[in-house]
This record gives sequence, C-alpha cells and structure tokens, in this order.
Amino acid sequence: MAFQSSQASETAKTPVPDTLTWTVPFGVGGGTDVWARFMSHWVGESLENHPAIVINNVPGGGSITGANLFYSRARSNGAEMIVTSASTQYPAMLKDPRVRFDYSRWTPIIAAPTGGVVYAQSSMGDDPKKVLEHLRQHETKFGAQTPTGLELPILLAFDMLGLQVDPVFGMRSRGEGRLAFERGEAGIDFQTTSAYFSSVTPLVKSGQAVPLFSLGVMNDDNVIVRDPAFPDLPTFSELYLAQPGTSRDDMAYQVYHKFFASGYALQKLLLVPKDIDASMLETYRDAAKKLAKDPEFLEAARQRIGPYDPVTGDVAARQLEAAMQMSQERRQWIVDWLKQKHDIRVVTQ
Amino acid sequence: MLESMISGISQILTVSHLLYMCLGVSAGLLVGIIPGLGGIAGMALLLPFLYGMEPGLALGMLMGMVAVIPTGDTFASVLMGIPGSSSSQATVMDGFPLAKKGQAARALSSAFLSSLCGGVIGALILTVFILMARPLVLGFSSSELFVLTMLGLAMVAVLSGGQLFKGIAACGLGLLVGAMGTAPATGEFRLNMGIEYLFDGIPLVVVGLGIFAIPEIIELMIQKSSIARDQAGLGKGWKRGVQDVWQNRGLVARCAGIGSIIGTIPGLAGSVVDWLTYGYASRTVKGEKHFGQGDIRGVIAPEAANNACACGAMVPTLLFGVPGSGTAAIFLGGLLLLGLEPGVSMITTHLDLTYNIIWSLALANILGAAFCLLLARPVAQLTRVPFALIAPVITMLVLFAAYQATRSLGDWYALIAIGAIGLLFKQAGWSRPAFLIGFVLAPGAETYFYQSIQFNGLAGFMRPGVLIILSLTALALLYPLGKKLLARRRNTASEKTATASVVEKTKPTWGVVDMILVVGMLLIAALSWYDVRDISFIAHVFPMLSIVFLGGGALAVAIQIRTEGALRVEQPALQGLCWLAGLLMVVVVASVLGFISTATLGSLLFLTFVAKSRWLTIVLITLGIVAFLLGMQSLLSLHYPSGLLDALIFPAS
Repeated sequence: MAFQSSQASETAKTPVPDTLTWTVPFGVGGGTDVWARFMSHWVGESLENHPAIVINNVPGGGSITGANLFYSRARSNGAEMIVTSASTQYPAMLKDPRVRFDYSRWTPIIAAPTGGVVYAQSSMGDDPKKVLEHLRQHETKFGAQTPTGLELPILLAFDMLGLQVDPVFGMRSRGEGRLAFERGEAGIDFQTTSAYFSSVTPLVKSGQAVPLFSLGVMNDDNVIVRDPAFPDLPTFSELYLAQPGTSRDDMAYQVYHKFFASGYALQKLLLVPKDIDASMLETYRDAAKKLAKDPEFLEAARQRIGPYDPVTGDVAARQLEAAMQMSQERRQWIVDWLKQKHDIRVVTQ
Repeated sequence: MLESMISGISQILTVSHLLYMCLGVSAGLLVGIIPGLGGIAGMALLLPFLYGMEPGLALGMLMGMVAVIPTGDTFASVLMGIPGSSSSQATVMDGFPLAKKGQAARALSSAFLSSLCGGVIGALILTVFILMARPLVLGFSSSELFVLTMLGLAMVAVLSGGQLFKGIAACGLGLLVGAMGTAPATGEFRLNMGIEYLFDGIPLVVVGLGIFAIPEIIELMIQKSSIARDQAGLGKGWKRGVQDVWQNRGLVARCAGIGSIIGTIPGLAGSVVDWLTYGYASRTVKGEKHFGQGDIRGVIAPEAANNACACGAMVPTLLFGVPGSGTAAIFLGGLLLLGLEPGVSMITTHLDLTYNIIWSLALANILGAAFCLLLARPVAQLTRVPFALIAPVITMLVLFAAYQATRSLGDWYALIAIGAIGLLFKQAGWSRPAFLIGFVLAPGAETYFYQSIQFNGLAGFMRPGVLIILSLTALALLYPLGKKLLARRRNTASEKTATASVVEKTKPTWGVVDMILVVGMLLIAALSWYDVRDISFIAHVFPMLSIVFLGGGALAVAIQIRTEGALRVEQPALQGLCWLAGLLMVVVVASVLGFISTATLGSLLFLTFVAKSRWLTIVLITLGIVAFLLGMQSLLSLHYPSGLLDALIFPAS
C-alpha cells in the first residue's frame, strides 16, 4: 500500500526546472538580497536536481517596482519565484496606489521571522522602568527610514506606551539610525535581532545603552510571546497590556498585531505564483521542510540571518493569509493615526 | 596588534590568496571597463565562488573586485567622455579633452598611476586609522554632513568658468531633477508628473550619460572626425603620463589624503570626493592652468582621490556595518554572506582579517592599475579610429549602460531628455558639471539639512566641525576673488587688456539656444512650483529652494545678456537635435523590436549608409556587438527589452 502510493506520486511529479530565477525587488547587498543569496544556495542544495538559482535584482519604489513586474510578467512554470520583505508587504496592506501585486495569488515556500529590541540612552536612567518614565515626560528623537516601512509598528508601540518619541525620517538603513543613536543625536533606537547582537550588545555592555523591550515572537496560536533570543526582556505586548484599561481587543493593539505579523513574524518570504503545478509546489515545500530540519543549515542560518527557525509550507501560507488581511476600518485607522500623530499623508486606493 | 599585522600579511601573500585575488581583480576590471555595470554585476560574477570558501580567501577575491572598479571605469571617462561610475565623473572634465588632443595614452597612464598611488596611500592611512577611527566617524553629525554637501555645491562656482549665473541656474536645475521622487522627510511624492518611472527619481548613471556622453557622441557625429583630432602625442604618451604623476607627487599625496578622510564619512563618499579634489586642484596648483580643456592635473587629482576614498569607505563599513559607498554596500553584503558581522568586533577579535582586507585593498590596487597600464596604450589607439566606425558600438554601449540602471524603458527616455539638456548646455556654454553636482548632491543636501534641524536645531550650526567646514567653504569661494583683487591692485593696466582680449563681447543679442534655455528654465521653475505647492512644508521647502536658484539664475542670465551682451558661443543646435531625434527613433524601434535586433540592424544600416565602410568591417563590427550583448546576457544573466523580433531570434532572452 505504502509502496504503491509513493510510486504513484513519483510518476506524477513534474520535474523541477534546471534554472530557477528569483526576483529580488531590492538592490545588491541589502538585508533581503543577502537573505535571498544565502537561501538560494541552500534551497538549490536541498532540491534533488540541484538547479542553478539566478538572483535578479530589480530595485526601485521601495520594492514595489520589482514586485509589480514579477506579478505582471512571471510565468507559473515553477522556475520563477520572488523574495519579498516587510517593505513589500506593508504597501500592499496599506493599499498604496502603486501596488498592483496581490499576495493572494502567491504562495510561500519558506519564510524567515525576525525579532528586535528597542533600547535607549543610559543617560535617561539606569534601569528600564526609569527610562520609560523619563520618556513619558521628555521628548526624544528616533532615526527612522520611512513612515510606512519596517518602523511603522515600532512608532505605533511608542505611542501606545505613551512615550514622547519624535521620529526623524530619511535614514537610509537601520544602521544609519543606529549611528545617529551612537552619535547621541537620537535618544532611542530599534534594531532587529542579528544587528542587535553584533552592534548594540557592546553598547549595552559598556553602559551606553539600556534595552527596554523586545517585540517578542508569534507562537502557533497567533499570540505574541517572549522572544527566545531575549528571555529576560519583557515584550512590548506585556508592557502594553500591563497598563490599566488595555486589552488585546483595542484597535491600536489589533493593528499593531497585524503589522507585527506581516513584518516580523514573516519578515522575509520566498513565494511562487499560486497556480504552479501542484506536485512541483509539493516538491518545493518538501525540500523546504527538509531544510528547516537540517542541522547544518540551521547552524549556518543562526550565524548569518538570526536565531529564528524558518516557517514552511502550509503553516507559512496560513500565517501569511491571516497577516495580510486588513479590514478597511483598520486601514483607515492607521492612515488617520499617521496623519494626526506625525502629519504624514498616506495615499490609499 | 603587531601580531595581527604580521598574520594579515602572511595571509595575503599565499599563492591561493593571490590567485583568488586575481580572479576578483579580473571580474572588477571587466565590470569597471564596461560603463553602466557596477558592483551588482561583479557580485553576480563572483558569488558562485563565494560559498564554502575560507573567509580569508573569499575576502581577498571580494576586495580585488571592489578595489579596481574605480580604476577600470577610467577608460570610459577618458576615451568616450562617459563617466564610468559616480567616482569618475570629474575625470571626464579633463580626461576627454586630453583624448581629443591625441593624448589619451598620457591621460590614461597618469590616471592609472595616480589610482595606484591613491589606493596604496589610502590603505596605509587606513592601517593606522582603523584603530582610532570610531570617534571621528561618530564626530560627524548630520550638521557636519550638511555643510560638507554645501562645500561640494560651492564647487559650482569653480566649475562654471566665469559664467557664475549660468552655473547657478544649471545647478538649480540639477538640484530640482535630483529632488524628483519621494521627499525623504515624509515619503510624499513630488515632481513625478504622474509617471511611474519617476517615482524614484532618475538614476545617476542615466543623468551622467545623458549630460556628458550624448552631447559628445552627437558632436563627433556632426564633425565626422575621430575622437583624437590632434594626431600627435600618443607615441610618448605612456612615459609622459608617468612623468606627470611624478611631477605632481605632492598633489597625488594630498588628494589621496583628502579622499581617504572623506571616504570614512558614511553617506557622502564617492559622489563628492572627485569634485572636491578637482576643485581643490584647480584652485591651488601653480603655473599655467587649462582646467576643463585638458589639464593633466584635472585627471590626476580625482583619480588619486577616488581609489583612496574606496579605502576610506571601508572604515564605516567595517566598524559600524554602515556602507560608506555603493561598492562598500556590495562588500558589506559579501561579508554577511561569509558570516562575518561587521562591528566593533572587527578590530577586537578579527583584527587579522581586518588587516587582510586593508592590505588586499592595497595589493589589488597595484594589480588592477598594472593591468590597466599595460592596456592603456593599445586601447588609446581607438581614439584615432574615425568616429563613424565606432559610433554604433558607443551608442549601443550607452544604451546598454543606461538600461542597466533600473531595467525599464523609462531609462532610455530619461537618457534622451537629459541628453537634450546636455546638448543645449554644451552648445551655449552652460556648465554641465554644475548641473551634475546639483543632481548628485540634492538628496544629501536635503536629507542632512532636514535631519540636522530635527536632531540639533539651530545649535547644530554652532558645532566646531561645522564652523571649520563652513570657513573652508567661504575660503573656497573667496580665495580666487581675493587673488583677483590683489592682482588687479598690483597691475591694473595689464589685467584690463588681458580681459578685453579673452572675453570677446558681442552686441546685446540673444543666442537662440540661450533664449530656449532661459525660457525653458523659467517654465520648468513655474511648473515645478505649481507641482509642489500643495505638499507639506518639510517636503516642499527643498524643491522651492532649488526653484529659487533655477529661476533666479535664469533671470540673472537674461538680464546679463540684455545689459552686457552674450558671450559669443557657437550655437548650431539644430543639427544636434536632429541626431538626438534619430537616437529617439532608435530607442522607440528597440522597444518594439527588441534591443539585440535593433542594435544589429542599426549597426548594419549605419555602417553601410552613413559610414560607407567596407563589408568586412561592417560584418566584424556588427558581429562584435551581437557577441557582446549575448555574452553579457549569459554571463551576468542580464535582461534586455525583448520586443517582437528578439523573442523570435534570441529566445534565450
């Protein structure tokens, strides 16, 4: 019986093409590009025929240009895939008028979560409680990239905790934001986990920075829990829900949760058009599952892209669907919040 | 520390390390020599080798590539007047005029030799500096960065060659074009006329090619000559270039010093340093000056600086993980792929690897420059070939390069639009470099101004670093004025006769091109004002300022022409615009039929009917073009616009 079924699926399987093209809608050397290049090596290895994987960088429009191009041109023959990140997911959630791609027509093969930590100058106080109290009383600066990018949930978090943080936009990377913090121009900063370990830990050790909270990670029930990389740090959710009169049902918390899910719990995604051959999709997903258990890969991944295990196949697809669905009401809420709080006009369709 | 240095040296002097480095250097030269390709293409070439390699060897290979990209792109700058990349913009200023005078070999050999010296000096400075660079890098706040961009903009005065108002108007136009896209402070869109291509603004490669290369190509077409009109000089060129560098060794050292310090400041790096050192050289050197018309020191200064700058850019990359330049960003990506996280640990726990990187940089600079020096003379012979024969090749290269910017057809149309501006500017004697400087510095000027105000308020402008840079800027602006005044007081009489003979004034009449430009600029200023009037204050204050420069400059030019008369400049623009229209047709055909077929057809037709060459030449050149395009396509997995014909003939694309 078992023998028969395996043979049946064997014959039905469509072979994987010899060359796969991954569209990366970002420039060379950035976070998503490095992730894609790292993954392409391992995904190529884990597939039986070891296909050559070509990375096609199409930068522009904060990743919208490349994603649009992929959406309109890519054939669903299984040879074409796209790598996206928070900066691709957010405009789709906000219905940016330039967005012509649709995540419901793509399906993920493998996804990488990330976490992150918010920290502040130690001149504001020597323990997190004192610093938070200081930040509620005194305005401070935060070097950010764009109002609708990776920092959107962070800005929301500051407001929900009652911190008086004034963002200065126009940083070209989170690294530049950290430089502004190290120069003393910014009082508070945020880094994703791997950058935090390499560049902020020394600042904490030397007494210049105080970690305040982590963003946490999403568990299988879609609840944010403590980040295993920072077991001693409270999560933002803990701090928020500890305030009187708050609950998980608050509009602000719901919106935060959505953006956290799509931007952090699924920060980097490898997707294919949904209508590719079903058996080929299965081959890809099996390879991804195998990869997610491969100790050699996990070791290399921990070193290079952070301490979180990848999410694969159906689980990733379910999470993505939940994260990307944004009700009109919630969308309008965040647009109004940006206008009111930071005087930023976001155009939505 | 000494131990790490020795370990670093022993790592790079192994056979395997040298072999991998040669591989990197060859890749770097290939992508450096072909205009439009940069680190992206290099990365695509090297990446397959990167995995599973020992980090020391992989670093050597990466360094080899990163170090020679600003060396190889000099070929395009000198031979074709095409700025190969952002770091060779200023080299065009005097390099191309030298090539026209038949001194391409001289220009190339001194460029490569000063690149070599610059790279080695930069690496030497870096060896000591890396250990104590943190406070300096952290000392440059957004306020200092802002005034540095002001220092860069002050170079407009130097480069507009006595025509200050034209220079200001050109710079204002550049600033305005540079402000297209999104406002850094709010993310609002502006000046994009609803065209999706313009949402990101126009890429630097396209602007550089449009403003410099297109007018040169068209001029050569009109004159039907070879690039080197003056046939003398090539014979002794190589030796002469070496002597030039030796005679200007002080200049080389100073420019390398400036380059490596500016390089360490993240965010500015390559785009300003060549103009700063060019301006510096044109102000400070002694003796007769022919800057802009083929002064060898105008080649030596920026070339020494840009390789040193590539070294300096490693400081923020290694110490902070914040790339100091475009190529440094590629290098950073490579480091992360190798599992090396840059940061403080690079000098605490990985000091030997850090020295490996620095000295690989020096060694790669030597290797790269040596290869180029060997090539310089034979390649310079190309400038004697009648231009009609190489026109299809260069046109194809320019289109190829422009299309690599964002790989959208918009790149071609933007190229032609900027080309039209360049053509008019060139023919009426408006400063093209001033336009380019405005364009290059616009994003930095705006972002740093806004950030500086937000972070530090007005107090930011009282910081000592800011005051020092501001006084340097003032000095750069006032120095020639003071010198002129002094000279005038000394002998008023001889000065007067001198100016009278140099500036040949005509009756107060308008040149047609001047009129088109002034009216066009005022129109653009008005339309831009209309476009940005509605967006929030912090998003429109910078475009408004550019409009003031543009409109004010144009008005001043109009008044100046009215009262003092125009400077007599040859303005036969009509013929040039016809050639430009021809190029536009080529682009339209290419987007319908496909790039490869159009390049093939165009070359065949052009060589047969315009150049009237022999059939063997026609076939060889056309085959060369096709081979190049197909080769690049498979080697670097590039895509071209594939229209109706390409899809049939070259299904691989």
